[in-house]
Amino acid sequence: MTATTKPPSALGALTRNNTFLGFMFLLPAAVFLLCFLTYPLGLGVWLGFTDAKIGRDGVFIGLDNYIALANDSVFWMTVYNTVLYTFIASVLKFALGLWLALILNENLPFKSFFRAIILLPWVVPTVLSALAFWWIYDAQFSIISWSLIKLGLIDTPINFLGDPNNARASVIAANVWRGIPFVAISLLAGLQTIPQSLHEAASLDGATGWQRFRFITLPMLTPIIAVVMTFSVLFTFTDFQLIYVLTKGGPVNATHLMATLSFQRGIPGGQLGEGAAIAVAMIPFLLASILFSFFGLQRRKWQQGGQD
Amino acid sequence: MASVEFANVRKSFGTHPVIKGVDIEIADGEFVILVGPSGCGKSTLLRMLAGLENISAGEIRIGGQVVNGLAPKERDIAMVFQNYALYPHMTVADNMAFSLTLKGAAKAEIDKRVKPAAEILGLTHLLDRFPRQLSGGQRQRVAMGRAIVRDPQVFLFDEPLSNLDAKLRVAMRAEIKELHQRLKTTTVYVTHDQIEAMTMADKIVVMHDGIVEQIGAPLELYDQPANLFVASFIGSPAMNMIKGRLDPNDALKFVTEKGVVLPVAKAPESARGRALIYGLRPEHMTIADGGIPANVVVIEPTGSETQMIMRIGGDDITGVFHQRINARPGETVGLSIHAEATYLFDAESGKRLV
Repeated sequence: MTATTKPPSALGALTRNNTFLGFMFLLPAAVFLLCFLTYPLGLGVWLGFTDAKIGRDGVFIGLDNYIALANDSVFWMTVYNTVLYTFIASVLKFALGLWLALILNENLPFKSFFRAIILLPWVVPTVLSALAFWWIYDAQFSIISWSLIKLGLIDTPINFLGDPNNARASVIAANVWRGIPFVAISLLAGLQTIPQSLHEAASLDGATGWQRFRFITLPMLTPIIAVVMTFSVLFTFTDFQLIYVLTKGGPVNATHLMATLSFQRGIPGGQLGEGAAIAVAMIPFLLASILFSFFGLQRRKWQQGGQD
Repeated sequence: MASVEFANVRKSFGTHPVIKGVDIEIADGEFVILVGPSGCGKSTLLRMLAGLENISAGEIRIGGQVVNGLAPKERDIAMVFQNYALYPHMTVADNMAFSLTLKGAAKAEIDKRVKPAAEILGLTHLLDRFPRQLSGGQRQRVAMGRAIVRDPQVFLFDEPLSNLDAKLRVAMRAEIKELHQRLKTTTVYVTHDQIEAMTMADKIVVMHDGIVEQIGAPLELYDQPANLFVASFIGSPAMNMIKGRLDPNDALKFVTEKGVVLPVAKAPESARGRALIYGLRPEHMTIADGGIPANVVVIEPTGSETQMIMRIGGDDITGVFHQRINARPGETVGLSIHAEATYLFDAESGKRLV
């Protein structure tokens, strides 16, 4: 030890400095985030304050875009649509996903086969499944209308995508179909972390099936529900592909979401600044949902302290 | 409180039988321990009694009532699990009160039941804590508290001490035994540790490979093991087992395979002329000049007693002596065996003959 001691070089001192070393290790990730996350986001926010059009750099116009949007009934319609769409779809995805997860958590025959099948809607590209739904919802050739007519329940085909409320229900149904697997599989993973012995202890304590669900399963699943539903809400709120393929926002903007309106105004419409402003207007909603998850995700008192 | 009865109980997982016809009678208020090596079916049997496993054949009766078809919650039993199975999201008080809460008991009623139970177990100051904030021994107590609050017909314990360290295990052993003496509730306790079984039980059921090998009071099993399995399972250090036969000319002499002669107190007709196993407890021998020459292999003084592994002929035997011995490995000592305390087992069937 003593024989090899040399006066420390400048580089040697630096590499032994934990702060410097930590900074060096952080650098690649920081550069990556800066280039691919912060720059586009910053550019979007900046564009929202300009009157940029396609092919022309904008000049700073302050809040003009936002003031225009505030007086734009179409914009407010999309806000209403987006909130409605997100709320109904998320509630349905949660309820059906949890139900599916509970079923799949039982000892079924061909359990792993069913678990794999469940994932299909999630794996199929959105555009592809949207095209399939497009046919399912076709005004003339819809298989649903055809079946109901053959069963004698209705006389004329249902106008799925032509009537505003029908169209809203239809796109929500398609979104729910696509979103269930994510919720179901994630909640299933959560269910499997609950020890069997807790259920056994509860049933010895006199709990019925419903009471076991209410007092054991649900409270122990809450942290996972918070994560899963946050992601689900984020995905649903920013949904674009499904609407774009199925209705392009129609009829009469009844299914226009903020994401699709932003695209329509910004790219085909050429009003980059206004499109960016609509996209930026989504941020408060997304932040609210992230904050919700932040508080939902906080370790509960029973998860803290002690060692296992 | 109630009696418990197993009548020709069987259990198979698929085609694989794990419980092969078990008959046990447990009197009201008795503390019975099911003991056996892992995989012997003792835990399965307990879970069948709890209603967590169904019964393939036979009958289980609690207080005279057949419970085969009853759900766990209808059997009025409480169970302490090996991993305690405390509800992690409930405080100690809520854990203990859970069964009462489910029944919709009033707050005053719950307090009246939880407080004394917490007091018995020394948990009063922990009632507001969550299970994660407790030590292993405290969690163990909460699990017991949850059972006590129920005031059930039968307590079931499934290896409750195996997650605790050695010192705590000894302390909890005494605590559980004291608790039983206080509550006098019929208790069925499963363990793989024969010391636990010996120290706590009124009655021990030794199980092996899905059958009951022997049922009896602890010392009864120790003194009169029915067969080789019970003899080797009960007692620590284990009984010495030496292969050999009786001398055809003198039935009171046992000749080992290596030709060493060991004393026998009595030799029934059935023992003659067949392959036998000679059983000798480690404490039934003394060091004496002129005894059987034994070569010391290992000597382990523990203070109160001395344990020695010795070689007689080619067979290693363990002896426990309540005296200090100044022998060194490699030396030869004379061993005097208490002939009246020895056993003879049939080598083929394993049954005890003497």
